[in-house]
Amino acid sequence: MAEEVKLMKGNEVIAEAAIRCGCDGYFGYPITPQSEVMETLMYRKPWEETGMVVLQAESECASINMVYGGASTGKKVMTSSSSPGISLMSEGLSYLAGAELPALIVNVQRGGPGLGTIQPSQSDYNQACHGGAHGDFNLIVLAPASVQEMNDFVDLGFELAFKYRNPAMILADGAIGQMMEKVVLSPIKPRRTEQEIIEQCGDWALTGKSADRNRNIVTSLELDSAKQEIFNRKLQAKYQTIRENEVRYEALNCDDAEYLMVAYGSSARICEKTMELAREKGIKVGLLRPITLFPFPTKQIKEIGGRMKGILSVELNAGQMVNDVRLAVECKVPVEHFGRMGGIIHSPEEVLEALTKIVR
Amino acid sequence: MKEEIIIAGFGGQGVLSMGKILAYSGLMQGQEVSWMPSYGPEMRGGTANVSVILSDQRISSPIIQKFDTAVILNQQSLDKFEPQVKPGGVLIYDPNGIVNPPTRTDIKIYKVAATDAASKTGNMKVFNMVVLGGYLKVKPIVSIENVKEGLAHSLPERLHKLIPANEAAIKIGMDIVEEVR
Repeated sequence: MAEEVKLMKGNEVIAEAAIRCGCDGYFGYPITPQSEVMETLMYRKPWEETGMVVLQAESECASINMVYGGASTGKKVMTSSSSPGISLMSEGLSYLAGAELPALIVNVQRGGPGLGTIQPSQSDYNQACHGGAHGDFNLIVLAPASVQEMNDFVDLGFELAFKYRNPAMILADGAIGQMMEKVVLSPIKPRRTEQEIIEQCGDWALTGKSADRNRNIVTSLELDSAKQEIFNRKLQAKYQTIRENEVRYEALNCDDAEYLMVAYGSSARICEKTMELAREKGIKVGLLRPITLFPFPTKQIKEIGGRMKGILSVELNAGQMVNDVRLAVECKVPVEHFGRMGGIIHSPEEVLEALTKIVR
Repeated sequence: MKEEIIIAGFGGQGVLSMGKILAYSGLMQGQEVSWMPSYGPEMRGGTANVSVILSDQRISSPIIQKFDTAVILNQQSLDKFEPQVKPGGVLIYDPNGIVNPPTRTDIKIYKVAATDAASKTGNMKVFNMVVLGGYLKVKPIVSIENVKEGLAHSLPERLHKLIPANEAAIKIGMDIVEEVR
């Protein structure tokens, strides 16, 4: 049978993809611009179909701790929110990383700081990629630039989370969440059986202690500093493995380019249009789109960006990823930032104007 | 083929659903499509708009500021989007409630008196389909068969009995749209 193409909102697709990938539980609290995630789940009633639990918690703090509880038992659990809600969850993110628990967190970003605005933004880049909570930890961060990737990254996010026993985040924004595009939904995978969970996660998860195994303890507490340092080294080694193996990016028109734009998510889509406009004017510009923000495509930006005359980093914020781009090219190539803030989305023409300024 | 459209008017006029039906029709025709709404605390009486792109090729940015066609359903939207139509582009508007009509001379301007026509049918809810008919007459980028398919896909099953009324409204729109200049 040919794959069925549907027209759906990014947020609706997150919900549909969760059901289809065999997710065991969703715990969330509504917030614009991602409320359609839980709305779609409640409408779809997956508890009748697959047994997946969908629960509206009393707050974001409660939802992330429900995720912690579910993840402790080896279940595939997730939550979604938008910027202020993610801030409320940040303690839980650190605990998940500290207890090495797999979970999926979706952040459909809106403009900040504070309650800010409900319009799209990418101003949580630093929060997602450079801490955002206490302790030396990293989330695996995926940045979808289309509704199709909203579908694909739910499955990928869970896969990476379980592979590395680390929380993974889909860092989307209001534009990707609210827009409708064509999407081919993933094939349906059944939820794992209790036996399959024991086989996959039995050496660490709380699956019920049997007589033939030692007890598993899920915690992020270790009062012996020597042991805690050893644990930190182990975490860092894990992040290094992730950096070496899991970088994903897309390079468009980079082969003959003299200038490079680096952008992710909705900004990357806008830059794709800017690239078309610039090439019509004879400006040889390429686009590098990081798909994973952690691990960041540092090597690839160094290699591709290193041969450019100039680089423009484009984000819907005051300039956050631009620092990672500068570090990647070791400041050997001039790197400028362009971005609107507070929920305003830059137009392809505005980005072109910024690009023209770096062209010499 | 690539058509970048803005549809703008009051919340409650069916702006977003007209865009959705158009996007579904493009999907049925095998085109690439995107539907990007303004979103927020909008409700009946507030402004609402949606940009829809239909294309034979991969769509780069779903967020655009220059349009091939603007479909305008109130004065505020006319003031905001008339300057954003590409030179040589098309502006279609419903004259109901328009005090200051469009003034540009480098674009084609059409009038579709959809409010009047819809009220004559006794069912104001088909207003947006009259507008869609006017648009499709001017820009026949999707076939009527695919629009019917689009309606069937975007309306919930319990409303499928209303498809004939919607089709009739599209035909009315095609008949009454007139070139201003």
